[in-house]
Amino acid sequence: MAKVLVVTSGKGGVGKTTTTAALGAALAKAGQNVVLVDFDVGLRNLDLVMGAERRVVFDLINVIQGDANLAQALIKDKRVDTLSLLPASQTRDKDALTPEGVAKVIADLSKKFDWVICDSPAGIERGAQMAMHHADMAVIVTNPEVSSVRDSDRIIGMLDSTTEKAKAGEKIEKFLLITRYDPQRAARGDMLGTDDVLEILSIPLLGIIPESPDVLKASNVGAPVTIAEPESAPARAYTEAARRLMGEKVAVTVPAERKGLFDWLFKRRVA
Amino acid sequence: MSGRSFLALTLTPEAPLCDWLAALDHQIQRAVGFFAGKPVILDLSMMQADTPDLPHLLPALKERGIRVLGIEGGDRSWPAVAEWDWRESPLGGRASGPVSIPEDEMTPPAHPTLVVEESVRSGQHIIWPDGDVVILGAVSSGAEVTAGGSVHIYGALRGRAIAGIGGNAQARIYTRNLAAELVAIDGFYATAEEMDAKCIGNPAQVMLLGETLVFKTLP
Repeated sequence: MAKVLVVTSGKGGVGKTTTTAALGAALAKAGQNVVLVDFDVGLRNLDLVMGAERRVVFDLINVIQGDANLAQALIKDKRVDTLSLLPASQTRDKDALTPEGVAKVIADLSKKFDWVICDSPAGIERGAQMAMHHADMAVIVTNPEVSSVRDSDRIIGMLDSTTEKAKAGEKIEKFLLITRYDPQRAARGDMLGTDDVLEILSIPLLGIIPESPDVLKASNVGAPVTIAEPESAPARAYTEAARRLMGEKVAVTVPAERKGLFDWLFKRRVA
Repeated sequence: MSGRSFLALTLTPEAPLCDWLAALDHQIQRAVGFFAGKPVILDLSMMQADTPDLPHLLPALKERGIRVLGIEGGDRSWPAVAEWDWRESPLGGRASGPVSIPEDEMTPPAHPTLVVEESVRSGQHIIWPDGDVVILGAVSSGAEVTAGGSVHIYGALRGRAIAGIGGNAQARIYTRNLAAELVAIDGFYATAEEMDAKCIGNPAQVMLLGETLVFKTLP
């Protein structure tokens, strides 16, 4: 039986889609059968980040409405063959997500894959609720700043009250992923520290992803950072996070850039 | 021969009798069973021959299950008491001073405490209109806890805590870490800016003294 994982945050722009792509690719590279489902109907991005935008024919809404079957809508990644994508519709809105339709799609995907990773839209409305509704696990993506932390707190409350598991009296497994972490700014006190975020949200830490231009670069070339730049600091942090998701015990560190003198000179010259 | 001593309660009715009976009823209500089986002496010293309703006094007491052992004061020859079963009174006795009806005999209405085992997250609202609320986790920024009684928070209070709704000025708010956005007791509130700075970030309690919210650090 597959693990259904929702990547969510409440706040927009914190890195949900980047995280979905990077974690999914890292799990797939570790041999897991992974499907990424974009729930951001109307504002889809995951296809772009995965570099699959020109291969989208059918989408999640088509499948929900019975216009296409899953096999037609799923897009297989060309770089990692255990990784698939179910894109969102860009022309519809989130009202097209019916609870029965979503339940059926998730159930069907669960039969085929080890991991069903749902990329939640921002906000706390229908789209986000649908994305989290069937989840067994949640990765809450948070930036180390107060507004993101408060929104995450709200989302954690919803995960504990509105999801199917919560209604059955069970607990959904929740993990905190801190993204866009800048160790220098944290040291200067411009940013909330990891300890503060953990103290406020009090859920287990899955990883800390350092702020890095590699992430942006990867998004722009249409590849998850764990595929495009697997040796970069953020990619290593995502890979470690994926191992923790699989149940491995890996100590959480803040991966720093590997800066040799040569590296430094090289980067200077390129810039 | 052996003896036994009782404490006999003395009831001293005052005019107007209907008010006095109403007050008695109120006390009986608060302490159910207080008079059950207790000997009572009826003292008529405050009564006059023509006190209205006097003829009904003794039957009214019997109706309430009060056993009148003897009658003092007043006068047997009053027409108003002609129909009373006025037995010879045990005379004398030592006055024991006023006996107050114990308040604790009244059954307090049950106000159970609500225990929340986890944190109250942003956007969540706990409402418990009667009793106390105990939160074992934290109350997040943007969360709210409202209680008829006191609010006890074992984690940090970063959101709102509202105690004593419905007019309980004795209610208090306790937390292991005061970082609240707002606290209120019985309608009196303070925002974060108005809170005592030395309590912020520390274990603290909030109580209402008169019309002022008082913040005190806890050890």
